[in-house]
Amino acid sequence: MNTETMETNKTATTKTERISGCEAIIRCLIAEGVDILYGYPGGAIMPVYDELFKYQGKIHHVLTRHEQGAAHAAQGYARISGKVGVAMATSGPGATNLITGIADAQIDSTPLVCITGQVPSHLLGSDAFQETDIVGISTPVTKWNHQITNAEDIPEVIAKAFYIAKSGRPGPVLIDITKDAQFQEFDFSYEKCESVRSYNPAPKTNIESVKAAAELINNAKKPMIVWGQGVILGEAEEELKAVIEKAGIPSAWTILGASAIPTSHPLNIGMVGMHGNYAPNKLTNECDVLIAIGMRFDDRVTGDLNTYAKQAKVIHFDIDPAEIDKNVKTDVAVLGDSKESLGLLLNELNPNSHEAWLQEFKDLYAIEYEQVIKGDLLPEKEGLTMGEVLKEINAQSKGDAAIVSDVGQHQMIACRYAKFNKTKSNITSGGLGTMGFALPAAIGAKMAAPEREVVAIIGDGGYQMNIQELGTIFQQEVPVKIVVLNNEFLGMVRQWQQLFFDKRYASTEMTNPDFVTIAKGYHIDAKRVTKREELADAVKDMITSKSSYFLEVCVEKEDNVFPMVPAGASVSDVRLS
Amino acid sequence: MNEEIKTYTISVYTENNIGLLNRISAIFQRRTINIESLTTSQSEIENVNRFVIVVNITESQAKKIVGQIEKQVEVIKAYYHDDHETIFTESCMFKIKSELLFDEPQIQNIIKESDTRIVTVNKEFFVLEKSGRRHEIEALRRDLNAFGIMQFVRSGRIAVTKDEMKVTELLSQIKNQ
Repeated sequence: MNTETMETNKTATTKTERISGCEAIIRCLIAEGVDILYGYPGGAIMPVYDELFKYQGKIHHVLTRHEQGAAHAAQGYARISGKVGVAMATSGPGATNLITGIADAQIDSTPLVCITGQVPSHLLGSDAFQETDIVGISTPVTKWNHQITNAEDIPEVIAKAFYIAKSGRPGPVLIDITKDAQFQEFDFSYEKCESVRSYNPAPKTNIESVKAAAELINNAKKPMIVWGQGVILGEAEEELKAVIEKAGIPSAWTILGASAIPTSHPLNIGMVGMHGNYAPNKLTNECDVLIAIGMRFDDRVTGDLNTYAKQAKVIHFDIDPAEIDKNVKTDVAVLGDSKESLGLLLNELNPNSHEAWLQEFKDLYAIEYEQVIKGDLLPEKEGLTMGEVLKEINAQSKGDAAIVSDVGQHQMIACRYAKFNKTKSNITSGGLGTMGFALPAAIGAKMAAPEREVVAIIGDGGYQMNIQELGTIFQQEVPVKIVVLNNEFLGMVRQWQQLFFDKRYASTEMTNPDFVTIAKGYHIDAKRVTKREELADAVKDMITSKSSYFLEVCVEKEDNVFPMVPAGASVSDVRLS
Repeated sequence: MNEEIKTYTISVYTENNIGLLNRISAIFQRRTINIESLTTSQSEIENVNRFVIVVNITESQAKKIVGQIEKQVEVIKAYYHDDHETIFTESCMFKIKSELLFDEPQIQNIIKESDTRIVTVNKEFFVLEKSGRRHEIEALRRDLNAFGIMQFVRSGRIAVTKDEMKVTELLSQIKNQ
């Protein structure tokens, strides 16, 4: 790297010591406060693993069973803790196996630092064994990436990697380090990175834009907030709560915003989007001022953009200037860190309440309850529903559990019905929709927050995409709770086939193995529930267990998730059946 | 919203790092936008590179693209301008058989009238160079094509803007923060 053009600012600590590149990597990670990393060894990263052996006790390496598992575990770690997750892999297939997790972290703004080994620099470009252009491959799915061929660059690049991953709108960074650079000795010193010349992580909030936003809100008759993960990433939960309460604004959340405000809060009106709640979807097209906070108007949230909140003035709070007007044209944009912006907004708001407007949400909720929720949570039919499993988990965990969900019907049910008391409690793959995310992410989450109850909720399809991570759970003795909601289908795809493809169930039916036996093969306590009367006790046994626990619940095979905004339809055309 | 597709010149000031070209071109590729031309060079600021990218898109696309480009860590600043807001030029070279220079007197007139420069002449071939607008270069190519061209090459657009870029100011602000 050309250090002249890097132009990074850093805090100066200038004691140097002659060590190898691979030892420097470990020392850098320790200096950044990394206590756990997830990875998988191989030829081109072996010198670093040799150092990890020497540094046992100072830094804990978790051997996953697949590099994809390592990336997702690092994501789970980051999502529950707010810290940077670290994953490591060898060159070639090791590195490419990280890519799905990196892409997931990119679209869900999760801070990751991924370190990959690379073939020695004299072999670069020669199609050497396990050589792949991982910097090229990872470019579109990383916030930043860099290849190191010279040990002297290691401290500065790693410092920059952590700074970029965590600051501003977080994201994944990949550092590729050739094997010769790992062996090379140099004079080591470490300085944390505090700024990068060309990079402005968080624009300073402009008070005029806040005042303009406040004026719209103060004059609104039917204001509605939709908040997203930006509130959690900015640790602005208290500020958001204060804003909502002061101005009396009914507030909904995106899937990644879930848990920032407790589910039980009277102004929390539920989830927006394709399988969100009826009221906030419907009334998005009735509100007069729509206040979007740290969310990005994903197509799964907005449905048809041409009919999305056209009647409303739109205020958009975001840290990322590229999000403004990307999908929805805004009337007032407030750029900046959510904590700072919402803090300033609070001062400008008039105390208010919107009882009649809030009542409209309650009335629509009553309709949704009668037509959807009652049947999900208190079913009268014989087959078990996914919803009643969530209801039982809520009851047994008292709403204090962190829920890690995979992708599909069970995910929508989990996000709709899980009760959240605490922030950073809903860990799921939102933007990328990565099946296989939950099992490894739950490992990372539990290891980062051992004091928390972590319950993974997974479908029978996604579970088998990274089922090998049961080995990691067993070896590391991670007391995660795993619930597989088994409907013997790729349920969400089957639902679409039923609704939009005349029930042609092409390749969605699954003949599954005996999941309980598999879990027991990994020495994990396991139970299968097929009847309603067994459910409460089984969930209780799982929650009270001190070790890892696997619970399979055989649910109704062809249940559908509603409400539903069909792809491309307007949010106000949300269907209840 | 049927916005007009226009030619936009996107100017990007960046750090001089490997891989940045890939990162920037990927932004266009992902949105299936064809890059008409791309030129990178040193800018007016030491150690700061300048990309000049020409695309045919709508203004709202241009705005979003510039947002996505600026989001890249090593990009200092990006701008978009239409043709009225920039001064731009391209350059081209022709390699032609030397005998034509003497056999076809018309060629000498073309060279003179089009303000084209002779770079080199030897026994086998001579080389012409011209800078200008695309239509001027195209006219020259058509004229010379009648006699036979051994090689032709045209560069991407280079452009300066009529308004101020203020990148130096921006950099000093960042430094003083």
